[in-house]
Amino acid sequence: MIEIRQLHKSFGKQNVLNGVDILIPQGQTTVILGTSGGGKSVLLKHIIGLLRPERGEIRIDGIDITRLKGKDLNEMRKKFGMLFQEAALFDSMNVGDNVAFPLREHTKLKEVDIRSIVAQKLEQVELPGVEEKMPSELSGGMKRRVGLARALALDPEIVLFDEPTSGLDPLLAEAIEELIIETHRRLGRTFVVITHDIHTAFHVAHKIAMLHEGRIVEEGSPGAFRRSLNPVVQAFLARDEHKEEKNERRQG
Amino acid sequence: MGEAVARSLKEMGNIFLLFLDTLRWSINLPFRLDLLFQQMERIGVKSVLVVVLTGTFTGMVLALQTFYATKKFGAETMVGVTVALSMTRELGPVLTSIMVTGRAGSAMAAEIGTMRVTEQIDALFAMAVNPIKYLIVPRVLASILVVPILTIIANFVGIVGGYFVGVVVLRISAGAYVANMEKYVEMDDIYNGLIKAAVFGLILSLFGCYMGFTATGGAEGVGKATTRSVVMSAVTILMADYILTAVMF
Repeated sequence: MIEIRQLHKSFGKQNVLNGVDILIPQGQTTVILGTSGGGKSVLLKHIIGLLRPERGEIRIDGIDITRLKGKDLNEMRKKFGMLFQEAALFDSMNVGDNVAFPLREHTKLKEVDIRSIVAQKLEQVELPGVEEKMPSELSGGMKRRVGLARALALDPEIVLFDEPTSGLDPLLAEAIEELIIETHRRLGRTFVVITHDIHTAFHVAHKIAMLHEGRIVEEGSPGAFRRSLNPVVQAFLARDEHKEEKNERRQG
Repeated sequence: MGEAVARSLKEMGNIFLLFLDTLRWSINLPFRLDLLFQQMERIGVKSVLVVVLTGTFTGMVLALQTFYATKKFGAETMVGVTVALSMTRELGPVLTSIMVTGRAGSAMAAEIGTMRVTEQIDALFAMAVNPIKYLIVPRVLASILVVPILTIIANFVGIVGGYFVGVVVLRISAGAYVANMEKYVEMDDIYNGLIKAAVFGLILSLFGCYMGFTATGGAEGVGKATTRSVVMSAVTILMADYILTAVMF
């Protein structure tokens, strides 16, 4: 379980997080929904200790990650896997070495075993046998699959997804969503997804939380979220319906 | 104006802090010899050709210029020693490190800068791998080690180039040329030059890594970081050169 309490963060004069409070339940997929530039990525980077808040705490299994440093912070980070927005694969290494990277850095496994784990992880993201390809040879969707394989390499307890479907066409986006659902079904770990895409949110979430102007303004199951009377949520949902109508009209 | 000075001072301070961090992480076990050797190959081995070309022509032009000057008072046999002293004490280390700045320092800024703006540095942190230990320590150590070695190569080919121009082209007596060189060049001249080279290696790698590490704003930001790393390294190397020469004179 991840408990975030009264998290505050500002860059210069701009307040990005204004007291975020949220409970992220264990073993479920929690989606943090919000507009672009609304501080979602900043929140995610706090959860894994890449950024430090001015105030507030983030307890992971009871331990406040915002106070950890050095070795303790690194040990804590090994509990996490993170899929970055554009996958953030190391472009100096091929796909196999990318997925093997956390294994080589943090385990004493033999090379044969590493290779077989890499092959297995790539198979799980439906990209078997691409070990020798360089990241520059991959499409956006494939990069994210490899990024997920790398994030899962150490069998993390918590997997973070930063805008997993942004910039992908609807079909590819749906395929990535299916992959997230399927992976969750298989592993049953804690997934945290941040996105501005309502479809992705409703598709993959057990719980949705809406981040608006640096605060969580609504949270609940997808059904409850859809019925929310909160004006910010309603506006957000309505805007999307409006966009869809326009799309349908254009296509029709 | 005041703001620009304050910003430069702050930047210098940050580079010094990065230097301290690099020191701290360079003694952190386990040592990553694999990464160190990889960087020595990229920074050192791949710079040999450009250093040989630079060194040779510098030695040759030095011989021409000193011949022109010394002929006026009949001291042509001093061409060899002038070439050798200029190369070992000054031009060997300075030109080598400027060439390595252009070749490898810029590449460090571009590569680490690209990793920064595409979140690969964040990915390293997120995978519990410290980027200073993984990316910066090997580059800085490799530069400190290989720039002196490249300087030795530049010195050697410079002196050979000077000999070729002096003895073969300008017909200075080979015996006098070499004898004077042996008589007036001391080991300290060579050591001083190599100490300079090691310091320059530190400077060019720290600037390259720092500019890359702090790059922001996509491809344009990486381009700016690369340019700044080359300009600032070159200027700092020349300033450090004066200070080191004054101290070790």
